[in-house]
Amino acid sequence: MARIIGGIASTHVPAIGKAIAEKKHNDPYWRPFFKGFDYVHYWLAREKPDVAVIFYNDHGLNFFLDKLPTFAVGAASEYRNEDEGWGIPVARSVPGDPDLSWHLINALVADEFDITMCQDMLIDHAVTIPMTLMWPGERWPVKIVPISINTVQHPLPSLARCLRLGCSVGRALETYARDLRVLVVATGGLSHQLDGKRAGFINKDFDQLCLDKIVNDPEALTRYSTHDWVELAGAQGVEFLNWMAMRGALTGRVTQVHRNYHIPISNTAAATIVLENASTAARHAA
Amino acid sequence: MTQDIPGTIMFDGTQAQKGFALNRMCFSFNSAENRAAFVRDEDAYCRKFGLTDEQRVAVRSRSVLAMIEAGGNVYYLAKLAGIFGLNVQDIGAQQAGTSVDAFKAKLAAAGAADVASGVRDRATARACESRHPHTGGQ
Repeated sequence: MARIIGGIASTHVPAIGKAIAEKKHNDPYWRPFFKGFDYVHYWLAREKPDVAVIFYNDHGLNFFLDKLPTFAVGAASEYRNEDEGWGIPVARSVPGDPDLSWHLINALVADEFDITMCQDMLIDHAVTIPMTLMWPGERWPVKIVPISINTVQHPLPSLARCLRLGCSVGRALETYARDLRVLVVATGGLSHQLDGKRAGFINKDFDQLCLDKIVNDPEALTRYSTHDWVELAGAQGVEFLNWMAMRGALTGRVTQVHRNYHIPISNTAAATIVLENASTAARHAA
Repeated sequence: MTQDIPGTIMFDGTQAQKGFALNRMCFSFNSAENRAAFVRDEDAYCRKFGLTDEQRVAVRSRSVLAMIEAGGNVYYLAKLAGIFGLNVQDIGAQQAGTSVDAFKAKLAAAGAADVASGVRDRATARACESRHPHTGGQ
Protein backbone atom coordinates (compact mmCIF):
# COMPACT_ATOMS: atom_id res chain seq x y z
CA MET A 1 0.00 0.00 0.00
CA ALA A 2 1.05 3.60 -0.53
CA ARG A 3 2.32 5.39 2.53
CA ILE A 4 2.22 9.18 3.10
CA ILE A 5 5.62 9.94 4.60
CA GLY A 6 5.09 13.65 5.17
CA GLY A 7 4.72 17.09 3.73
CA ILE A 8 6.99 19.90 2.65
CA ALA A 9 5.88 23.47 2.07
CA SER A 10 8.05 25.99 0.30
CA THR A 11 7.86 29.47 -1.11
CA HIS A 12 8.09 29.59 -4.93
CA VAL A 13 9.15 33.19 -5.70
CA PRO A 14 10.44 33.45 -9.33
CA ALA A 15 13.54 35.38 -8.17
CA ILE A 16 14.72 32.13 -6.51
CA GLY A 17 14.98 30.61 -10.00
CA LYS A 18 17.28 33.41 -11.09
CA ALA A 19 19.34 33.16 -7.91
CA ILE A 20 19.83 29.42 -8.48
CA ALA A 21 20.83 30.00 -12.12
CA GLU A 22 23.33 32.63 -10.98
CA LYS A 23 24.58 30.40 -8.11
CA LYS A 24 23.88 33.00 -5.44
CA HIS A 25 23.31 30.44 -2.67
CA ASN A 26 25.99 31.94 -0.43
CA ASP A 27 25.27 35.56 -1.21
CA PRO A 28 24.36 37.30 2.12
CA TYR A 29 20.88 38.14 0.79
CA TRP A 30 20.14 34.54 -0.20
CA ARG A 31 22.01 32.42 2.31
CA PRO A 32 19.40 32.59 5.14
CA PHE A 33 16.87 31.23 2.66
CA PHE A 34 18.92 28.52 0.94
CA LYS A 35 20.46 27.18 4.16
CA GLY A 36 16.91 26.38 5.23
CA PHE A 37 17.05 23.59 2.65
CA ASP A 38 20.03 21.74 4.13
CA TYR A 39 17.74 19.84 6.47
CA VAL A 40 15.23 19.26 3.66
CA HIS A 41 17.97 17.57 1.60
CA TYR A 42 19.00 15.39 4.55
CA TRP A 43 15.38 14.44 5.24
CA LEU A 44 14.58 13.62 1.61
CA ALA A 45 17.76 11.52 1.27
CA ARG A 46 16.67 9.58 4.34
CA GLU A 47 12.98 9.25 3.49
CA LYS A 48 13.36 8.58 -0.26
CA PRO A 49 9.88 9.39 -1.58
CA ASP A 50 8.87 7.74 -4.87
CA VAL A 51 6.23 10.25 -5.80
CA ALA A 52 5.25 13.80 -4.85
CA VAL A 53 1.70 15.15 -4.94
CA ILE A 54 2.17 18.91 -5.38
CA PHE A 55 -0.44 21.54 -4.53
CA TYR A 56 0.42 24.78 -6.29
CA ASN A 57 -1.11 27.68 -8.20
CA ASP A 58 -0.54 28.42 -11.87
CA HIS A 59 0.46 32.00 -12.71
CA GLY A 60 -0.70 32.15 -16.31
CA LEU A 61 1.35 29.47 -18.03
CA ASN A 62 -1.03 26.52 -18.37
CA PHE A 63 -4.26 28.31 -17.52
CA PHE A 64 -5.49 31.67 -18.70
CA LEU A 65 -8.47 33.56 -17.29
CA ASP A 66 -10.68 32.35 -20.15
CA LYS A 67 -11.05 28.90 -18.58
CA LEU A 68 -9.82 28.82 -15.03
CA PRO A 69 -10.50 25.72 -12.94
CA THR A 70 -10.79 26.05 -9.17
CA PHE A 71 -9.06 22.68 -8.77
CA ALA A 72 -7.20 20.85 -11.56
CA VAL A 73 -5.42 17.51 -11.31
CA GLY A 74 -2.61 16.58 -13.69
CA ALA A 75 -2.85 13.18 -15.36
CA ALA A 76 0.11 13.35 -17.74
CA SER A 77 3.10 11.03 -18.11
CA GLU A 78 5.34 14.07 -18.36
CA TYR A 79 5.00 17.72 -17.34
CA ARG A 80 6.87 20.41 -19.24
CA ASN A 81 7.83 23.90 -18.15
CA GLU A 82 7.95 26.70 -20.73
CA ASP A 83 8.89 30.35 -21.07
CA GLU A 84 6.72 32.27 -18.59
CA GLY A 85 7.87 35.71 -19.70
CA TRP A 86 9.39 36.33 -16.26
CA GLY A 87 12.99 35.94 -17.41
CA ILE A 88 13.72 32.77 -15.44
CA PRO A 89 15.37 29.75 -17.09
CA VAL A 90 13.06 27.04 -18.44
CA ALA A 91 13.33 24.00 -16.18
CA ARG A 92 13.64 20.36 -17.22
CA SER A 93 10.51 18.22 -17.54
CA VAL A 94 9.21 16.11 -14.67
CA PRO A 95 7.85 12.57 -15.08
CA GLY A 96 4.24 12.01 -14.07
CA ASP A 97 2.43 8.99 -12.65
CA PRO A 98 -0.82 8.75 -14.65
CA ASP A 99 -2.00 5.65 -12.81
CA LEU A 100 -1.82 7.43 -9.46
CA SER A 101 -3.33 10.58 -11.02
CA TRP A 102 -6.39 8.67 -12.19
CA HIS A 103 -6.72 6.96 -8.83
CA LEU A 104 -6.81 10.40 -7.19
CA ILE A 105 -9.18 11.80 -9.83
CA ASN A 106 -11.61 8.91 -9.36
CA ALA A 107 -11.48 9.23 -5.59
CA LEU A 108 -11.89 13.02 -5.60
CA VAL A 109 -14.91 12.98 -7.90
CA ALA A 110 -16.44 10.12 -5.89
CA ASP A 111 -15.89 12.38 -2.89
CA GLU A 112 -17.81 15.18 -4.70
CA PHE A 113 -14.82 17.34 -5.63
CA ASP A 114 -15.65 18.26 -9.24
CA ILE A 115 -12.09 18.75 -10.38
CA THR A 116 -10.73 19.43 -13.88
CA MET A 117 -8.69 16.56 -15.36
CA CYS A 118 -5.59 17.50 -17.33
CA GLN A 119 -3.84 14.95 -19.54
CA ASP A 120 -1.67 17.75 -20.90
CA MET A 121 -0.53 20.34 -18.40
CA LEU A 122 2.39 22.75 -18.33
CA ILE A 123 3.91 23.32 -14.90
CA ASP A 124 5.20 26.77 -14.03
CA HIS A 125 7.79 28.05 -11.56
CA ALA A 126 5.43 27.25 -8.70
CA VAL A 127 6.28 23.58 -9.31
CA THR A 128 9.76 23.73 -10.81
CA ILE A 129 11.37 26.07 -8.25
CA PRO A 130 10.37 24.00 -5.20
CA MET A 131 11.46 20.85 -7.13
CA THR A 132 14.87 22.45 -7.73
CA LEU A 133 15.11 23.56 -4.11
CA MET A 134 14.25 20.09 -2.80
CA TRP A 135 16.41 18.18 -5.26
CA PRO A 136 19.19 20.48 -6.51
CA GLY A 137 21.03 17.65 -8.28
CA GLU A 138 21.14 16.59 -11.91
CA ARG A 139 17.93 14.59 -11.80
CA TRP A 140 14.67 14.61 -9.92
CA PRO A 141 14.18 11.22 -8.25
CA VAL A 142 10.38 11.36 -8.01
CA LYS A 143 7.35 11.29 -10.25
CA ILE A 144 4.75 13.94 -9.57
CA VAL A 145 1.01 14.53 -9.52
CA PRO A 146 0.47 18.30 -9.74
CA ILE A 147 -2.80 19.67 -8.34
CA SER A 148 -3.50 23.29 -9.19
CA ILE A 149 -5.64 25.51 -6.96
CA ASN A 150 -6.97 28.84 -8.21
CA THR A 151 -5.44 31.62 -6.12
CA VAL A 152 -5.58 34.20 -8.91
CA GLN A 153 -9.16 35.14 -9.74
CA HIS A 154 -11.78 35.60 -7.02
CA PRO A 155 -13.90 33.90 -5.85
CA LEU A 156 -11.25 31.51 -4.51
CA PRO A 157 -12.07 28.25 -2.77
CA SER A 158 -12.22 28.66 1.01
CA LEU A 159 -9.48 27.55 3.39
CA ALA A 160 -11.86 24.91 4.72
CA ARG A 161 -12.55 23.60 1.22
CA CYS A 162 -8.84 23.29 0.47
CA LEU A 163 -8.25 21.48 3.75
CA ARG A 164 -11.04 19.04 2.80
CA LEU A 165 -9.59 18.62 -0.69
CA GLY A 166 -6.31 17.62 0.92
CA CYS A 167 -8.11 15.20 3.28
CA SER A 168 -9.75 13.57 0.28
CA VAL A 169 -6.39 13.20 -1.47
CA GLY A 170 -4.90 11.76 1.72
CA ARG A 171 -7.65 9.17 2.09
CA ALA A 172 -7.27 8.22 -1.56
CA LEU A 173 -3.51 7.81 -1.21
CA GLU A 174 -4.01 5.47 1.74
CA THR A 175 -6.13 3.13 -0.38
CA TYR A 176 -3.72 3.09 -3.32
CA ALA A 177 -2.51 -0.46 -3.83
CA ARG A 178 0.99 0.23 -5.12
CA ASP A 179 3.77 0.20 -2.56
CA LEU A 180 4.82 3.84 -2.86
CA ARG A 181 6.32 6.35 -0.49
CA VAL A 182 4.37 9.53 -1.09
CA LEU A 183 5.48 13.07 -0.27
CA VAL A 184 2.87 15.85 -0.26
CA VAL A 185 4.14 19.29 -1.26
CA ALA A 186 2.63 22.77 -1.00
CA THR A 187 4.16 25.77 -2.71
CA GLY A 188 3.75 29.53 -2.34
CA GLY A 189 3.34 32.04 0.45
CA LEU A 190 3.72 33.23 3.04
CA SER A 191 2.55 36.84 3.38
CA HIS A 192 3.16 39.08 0.38
CA GLN A 193 1.45 41.53 -1.91
CA LEU A 194 2.64 42.40 -5.40
CA ASP A 195 -0.15 44.70 -6.54
CA GLY A 196 -1.65 48.05 -5.58
CA LYS A 197 -0.40 50.82 -3.36
CA ARG A 198 -0.05 48.23 -0.59
CA ALA A 199 2.62 46.35 -2.62
CA GLY A 200 5.38 45.18 -0.29
CA PHE A 201 2.97 44.34 2.54
CA ILE A 202 4.27 41.60 4.86
CA ASN A 203 2.76 40.39 8.15
CA LYS A 204 5.29 38.53 10.23
CA ASP A 205 2.96 38.09 13.19
CA PHE A 206 0.24 36.50 11.13
CA ASP A 207 2.78 34.28 9.37
CA GLN A 208 3.97 33.00 12.75
CA LEU A 209 0.40 32.17 13.68
CA CYS A 210 -0.07 30.28 10.40
CA LEU A 211 3.19 28.36 10.83
CA ASP A 212 2.11 27.29 14.30
CA LYS A 213 -1.47 26.38 13.41
CA ILE A 214 -0.71 24.51 10.20
CA VAL A 215 1.11 21.83 12.21
CA ASN A 216 -1.38 20.88 14.92
CA ASP A 217 -4.55 22.86 14.40
CA PRO A 218 -5.15 23.71 10.72
CA GLU A 219 -8.89 23.69 11.37
CA ALA A 220 -8.45 26.87 13.44
CA LEU A 221 -7.38 28.71 10.27
CA THR A 222 -10.62 27.87 8.47
CA ARG A 223 -12.40 30.62 10.43
CA TYR A 224 -10.76 33.23 8.19
CA SER A 225 -12.56 34.34 5.05
CA THR A 226 -10.72 35.02 1.80
CA HIS A 227 -11.23 38.70 2.45
CA ASP A 228 -9.64 38.35 5.92
CA TRP A 229 -6.74 36.48 4.36
CA VAL A 230 -6.04 39.19 1.78
CA GLU A 231 -6.13 41.77 4.54
CA LEU A 232 -3.89 39.81 6.92
CA ALA A 233 -1.50 38.01 4.55
CA GLY A 234 -1.56 40.27 1.49
CA ALA A 235 -3.22 39.79 -1.89
CA GLN A 236 -0.89 36.94 -2.90
CA GLY A 237 -0.69 35.51 0.63
CA VAL A 238 -3.76 33.54 -0.45
CA GLU A 239 -1.31 30.98 -1.84
CA PHE A 240 -1.57 29.55 1.66
CA LEU A 241 -4.55 27.60 0.25
CA ASN A 242 -1.94 25.19 -1.13
CA TRP A 243 -0.54 24.71 2.37
CA MET A 244 -4.01 23.93 3.71
CA ALA A 245 -4.50 21.24 1.07
CA MET A 246 -1.07 19.72 1.78
CA ARG A 247 -1.81 19.61 5.50
CA GLY A 248 -5.19 18.01 4.88
CA ALA A 249 -3.49 15.18 3.01
CA LEU A 250 -1.41 14.25 6.07
CA THR A 251 -3.88 11.84 7.56
CA GLY A 252 -1.85 10.49 10.47
CA ARG A 253 -0.07 11.96 13.46
CA VAL A 254 1.83 15.03 12.26
CA THR A 255 5.10 16.32 13.66
CA GLN A 256 7.02 19.36 12.48
CA VAL A 257 10.68 18.42 12.06
CA HIS A 258 11.92 21.57 10.35
CA ARG A 259 10.95 25.19 9.92
CA ASN A 260 12.74 28.10 8.28
CA TYR A 261 11.28 31.58 7.98
CA HIS A 262 13.03 34.52 6.39
CA ILE A 263 12.09 38.03 5.25
CA PRO A 264 12.51 39.13 2.56
CA ILE A 265 12.96 37.09 -0.58
CA SER A 266 11.96 39.56 -3.27
CA ASN A 267 8.63 40.93 -1.96
CA THR A 268 7.81 37.83 0.06
CA ALA A 269 8.10 36.38 3.54
CA ALA A 270 9.72 33.05 2.66
CA ALA A 271 8.94 29.91 4.63
CA THR A 272 9.95 26.28 4.43
CA ILE A 273 8.57 23.52 6.64
CA VAL A 274 8.91 19.75 6.82
CA LEU A 275 6.14 17.75 8.48
CA GLU A 276 6.38 14.05 9.22
CA ASN A 277 3.28 11.93 9.01
CA ALA A 278 3.06 8.82 11.19
CA SER A 279 0.61 6.64 9.31
CA THR A 280 -2.65 5.46 10.80
CA ALA A 281 -1.44 1.87 10.49
CA ALA A 282 1.72 2.70 12.44
CA ARG A 283 -0.40 4.43 15.05
CA HIS A 284 -2.60 1.37 15.42
CA ALA A 285 0.43 -0.86 15.70
CA ALA A 286 1.93 1.32 18.43
CA MET B 1 -16.62 41.18 -3.14
CA THR B 2 -16.06 44.42 -1.24
CA GLN B 3 -13.08 46.52 -2.27
CA ASP B 4 -12.37 47.99 1.15
CA ILE B 5 -8.78 46.95 1.90
CA PRO B 6 -6.64 50.07 1.51
CA GLY B 7 -4.25 50.02 -1.43
CA THR B 8 -5.71 46.74 -2.69
CA ILE B 9 -7.96 45.92 -5.63
CA MET B 10 -9.25 42.37 -5.41
CA PHE B 11 -9.10 40.65 -8.77
CA ASP B 12 -12.74 39.55 -8.82
CA GLY B 13 -15.36 39.06 -11.51
CA THR B 14 -15.75 42.79 -12.08
CA GLN B 15 -12.01 43.31 -12.56
CA ALA B 16 -11.66 40.08 -14.57
CA GLN B 17 -14.29 41.22 -17.07
CA LYS B 18 -12.88 44.71 -17.26
CA GLY B 19 -9.31 43.52 -17.75
CA PHE B 20 -9.85 40.61 -20.11
CA ALA B 21 -8.26 42.15 -23.24
CA LEU B 22 -5.28 43.54 -21.34
CA ASN B 23 -4.66 40.28 -19.49
CA ARG B 24 -5.03 38.29 -22.70
CA MET B 25 -2.39 40.46 -24.34
CA CYS B 26 -0.07 39.96 -21.36
CA PHE B 27 -0.70 36.19 -21.45
CA SER B 28 0.63 36.24 -25.03
CA PHE B 29 3.97 37.48 -23.68
CA ASN B 30 4.82 33.95 -22.59
CA SER B 31 6.18 33.76 -26.14
CA ALA B 32 9.46 35.53 -26.96
CA GLU B 33 8.20 36.08 -30.50
CA ASN B 34 5.17 37.97 -29.18
CA ARG B 35 7.29 40.04 -26.83
CA ALA B 36 9.41 41.05 -29.81
CA ALA B 37 6.29 41.91 -31.83
CA PHE B 38 5.09 44.19 -29.03
CA VAL B 39 8.45 45.97 -28.91
CA ARG B 40 8.46 46.33 -32.71
CA ASP B 41 5.05 47.99 -32.91
CA GLU B 42 3.32 48.56 -29.60
CA ASP B 43 0.29 50.32 -31.08
CA ALA B 44 -0.43 47.58 -33.57
CA TYR B 45 0.04 44.90 -30.93
CA CYS B 46 -2.36 46.58 -28.50
CA ARG B 47 -4.91 47.08 -31.30
CA LYS B 48 -4.71 43.40 -32.19
CA PHE B 49 -5.80 42.49 -28.66
CA GLY B 50 -8.57 45.12 -28.58
CA LEU B 51 -7.39 47.06 -25.54
CA THR B 52 -9.82 49.66 -24.26
CA ASP B 53 -8.77 53.31 -24.39
CA GLU B 54 -8.17 53.26 -20.64
CA GLN B 55 -5.95 50.19 -20.97
CA ARG B 56 -4.06 51.63 -23.91
CA VAL B 57 -3.33 54.84 -21.98
CA ALA B 58 -2.27 52.82 -18.94
CA VAL B 59 0.11 50.66 -20.97
CA ARG B 60 1.52 53.69 -22.80
CA SER B 61 2.17 55.47 -19.50
CA ARG B 62 3.79 52.29 -18.01
CA SER B 63 1.74 52.93 -14.87
CA VAL B 64 1.07 49.63 -13.12
CA LEU B 65 -1.56 51.19 -10.83
CA ALA B 66 -3.43 52.47 -13.88
CA MET B 67 -3.21 49.02 -15.51
CA ILE B 68 -4.60 47.40 -12.35
CA GLU B 69 -7.36 49.98 -12.22
CA ALA B 70 -8.13 48.99 -15.84
CA GLY B 71 -8.54 45.35 -14.83
CA GLY B 72 -4.99 44.08 -15.16
CA ASN B 73 -3.93 41.16 -12.98
CA VAL B 74 -0.46 41.48 -11.51
CA TYR B 75 0.71 38.00 -12.54
CA TYR B 76 -0.06 38.89 -16.16
CA LEU B 77 1.22 42.46 -15.88
CA ALA B 78 4.53 41.06 -14.60
CA LYS B 79 5.00 39.44 -18.02
CA LEU B 80 4.62 42.88 -19.62
CA ALA B 81 6.95 44.44 -17.03
CA GLY B 82 9.53 41.80 -17.94
CA ILE B 83 9.71 43.22 -21.47
CA PHE B 84 11.02 46.46 -19.96
CA GLY B 85 13.43 44.57 -17.72
CA LEU B 86 11.38 45.32 -14.59
CA ASN B 87 10.83 42.74 -11.86
CA VAL B 88 8.19 42.64 -9.11
CA GLN B 89 10.34 44.78 -6.82
CA ASP B 90 10.57 47.49 -9.47
CA ILE B 91 6.83 47.47 -10.05
CA GLY B 92 6.20 47.21 -6.30
CA ALA B 93 8.19 50.37 -5.71
CA GLN B 94 6.42 52.13 -8.58
CA GLN B 95 3.00 51.31 -7.12
CA ALA B 96 3.97 52.15 -3.56
CA GLY B 97 5.35 55.46 -4.82
CA THR B 98 8.88 54.99 -3.49
CA SER B 99 12.33 54.36 -4.89
CA VAL B 100 13.33 50.72 -5.40
CA ASP B 101 15.96 51.10 -2.68
CA ALA B 102 13.40 52.46 -0.22
CA PHE B 103 11.01 49.64 -1.16
CA LYS B 104 13.68 47.02 -0.51
CA ALA B 105 14.65 48.69 2.77
CA LYS B 106 11.04 48.56 3.94
CA LEU B 107 10.89 44.83 3.20
CA ALA B 108 14.16 44.23 5.03
CA ALA B 109 12.81 46.20 8.00
CA ALA B 110 9.74 43.97 8.08
CA GLY B 111 12.13 41.05 8.50
CA ALA B 112 14.19 42.74 11.17
CA ALA B 113 11.17 43.23 13.45
CA ASP B 114 11.80 41.24 16.61
CA VAL B 115 10.37 37.74 16.87
CA ALA B 116 13.01 36.35 19.20
CA SER B 117 10.81 36.39 22.27
CA GLY B 118 7.70 35.43 20.40
CA VAL B 119 5.67 37.18 23.07
CA ARG B 120 4.51 40.10 21.02
CA ASP B 121 3.79 37.77 18.08
CA ARG B 122 1.63 35.46 20.11
CA ALA B 123 -0.29 38.40 21.53
CA THR B 124 -0.90 39.75 18.06
CA ALA B 125 -1.74 36.28 16.87
CA ARG B 126 -4.41 35.97 19.52
CA ALA B 127 -5.76 39.34 18.47
CA CYS B 128 -5.87 38.13 14.86
CA GLU B 129 -7.60 34.94 15.88
CA SER B 130 -10.26 36.58 17.96
CA ARG B 131 -11.45 38.58 14.97
CA HIS B 132 -13.96 35.96 13.91
CA PRO B 133 -14.82 33.84 16.93
CA HIS B 134 -18.30 33.14 15.59
CA THR B 135 -16.98 30.97 12.78
CA GLY B 136 -14.43 29.11 14.86
CA GLY B 137 -13.90 25.51 13.88
CA GLN B 138 -13.01 24.32 17.38
